Amino acid sequence: MALHKVLGTETEYGIVVRGDPGFNPAVASSLVVNSYPGERVKVQWSYEEESPGRDARGFGHDTYGLIDPEGAVVNSVLSNGARLYVDHAHPEYSGPETFDPLEAALYDKAGEVVMHRAAVAASEAAGRQVSLYKNNSDGKGNSYGAHENYLLSRETPFGDVIRYAMSFMVTRQVFTGAGKIGKENDRPDVDYQITQRADFFEEEVGLETTLKRPIINTRDEPHGDPSRYRRLHVIIGDANLSEYQNFLKLGSTALMLAALEDGAIPDPLDLADPVEACWQVSHDLALGRPLELDGGGTATALELQERYLEWLSKYAEKELDDPVWDQVIAEWERTLTLLSTDPDKLGDTLDWVAKKRLIEGYVARDDLQWGNNKLRALDLQYHDIDPNRGLYNRMAQRGSMRRLFTDEEIVDAVSTPPARTRAYFRGRCVSEYSGSLVAANWDSLVFDIGESHLKRVPMMEPLRGDAALVGALLDEAEDAADLLRLLEG
Amino acid sequence: MSDRERGQTEGRRKEDSEEQATEAVETEADLDALDDLLDEIDEVLEENAEEFVKNYVQKGGQ
Repeated sequence: MALHKVLGTETEYGIVVRGDPGFNPAVASSLVVNSYPGERVKVQWSYEEESPGRDARGFGHDTYGLIDPEGAVVNSVLSNGARLYVDHAHPEYSGPETFDPLEAALYDKAGEVVMHRAAVAASEAAGRQVSLYKNNSDGKGNSYGAHENYLLSRETPFGDVIRYAMSFMVTRQVFTGAGKIGKENDRPDVDYQITQRADFFEEEVGLETTLKRPIINTRDEPHGDPSRYRRLHVIIGDANLSEYQNFLKLGSTALMLAALEDGAIPDPLDLADPVEACWQVSHDLALGRPLELDGGGTATALELQERYLEWLSKYAEKELDDPVWDQVIAEWERTLTLLSTDPDKLGDTLDWVAKKRLIEGYVARDDLQWGNNKLRALDLQYHDIDPNRGLYNRMAQRGSMRRLFTDEEIVDAVSTPPARTRAYFRGRCVSEYSGSLVAANWDSLVFDIGESHLKRVPMMEPLRGDAALVGALLDEAEDAADLLRLLEG
Repeated sequence: MSDRERGQTEGRRKEDSEEQATEAVETEADLDALDDLLDEIDEVLEENAEEFVKNYVQKGGQ
């Protein structure tokens, strides 16, 4: 039986300081993170357990022992268990570890509220408007990531992940894209494409995340017991504003990886050239382009996705009890059916379709060309997380986008941790023992309880530290020292 | 073709044309909604699109 798919997202936001085109993005990002007014603890992020240079294929070594000190300064852990920090030139929100794709999509959405509150406070502090964008490209050849993380068993050979997940990652783009005007990175010209990121993928497999981006990233940094776990760090995805789309992206991928671990994918459906197929799928708005298969013949991205859906429906029915997987399958089926019959009907579900319909509306009404700056501005503004200026947000407010969560649920997830993973323990410690918490990592917390040594609490099991295990202890403890005594007892 | 078959065919045609009419109404409603949406968006769109697009530069991402 596959390991439970604990999962989560991490998103780098685009940043603009109005009226100051020469702003320093690292400084502005630090201001945003430091200004966040919500419940959090500014901590030293302990990097000794992190090793982004370690390669899952086994031949890597730790080349990143020295992390950019600029990034290490501005770091905080929030009471929902998330991490809010500066990653080079962008503010980044890494959501807490969650139990299922619904929860993962909810906490990703909560990240938008966190970032908006931080931007409002930063604007006040700076005396200038600071705007944040949940997208992945500036349209000028610079991309920034929206990554997904899925827990895998260490026993799963990484070669199997590479072999079986490659075509899935390339073809899922038909429903993961956030849409973009034009091409980048020397790809062929196009008016509009399905994804923000596809043009930037240049390798099938690799360790890099900032250049020569690979479809399968081999970063081997489990954030848990390395003898038991892997974490698949998925970098080929777009940041989604649509709640249903994010749920579908996370749910279908988690399901695919569970089936992969259980040996339930009968055929890797190898593409002849996955890197070329990557942009070909993204540029194909008609969704009919035949992709060459490794064993000869061709298939469209939709046809390959239909194969995965068929296999994974059977797998879920046989192996998984939780009704969340029925919801994933139903949404996936609905999406693929509409993509093959009437994609415009997904204008309330998929970011790329919603934005395309807006742009087409302007093209028709104002007789504009696709490369027009007004349309490029609109492309960017779709992703502005400000509730008034952001075009996605305006559409959601008027009921033009299907919603999976209420505003109240999202706001609640800003301050309350998910209950079924170790993020629960982290989040509650931030709420209740902020004065004693001095350092944190995904798999540990370090307390200063006034003794000669700091006390480190290891959290190497992603599912331990949930409400069922530590809720009562946290309720009972009077202070951090008391909590540590109870944990030891 | 028997009367009954003819009746069924006509019935289907009627359904088809009703469906088409419904779809036409929906499409019209969609377009109205899109027009309203564009009007609303006009109010919040960046005033100087050219400068905004020019200044939107995001280096140093993953």
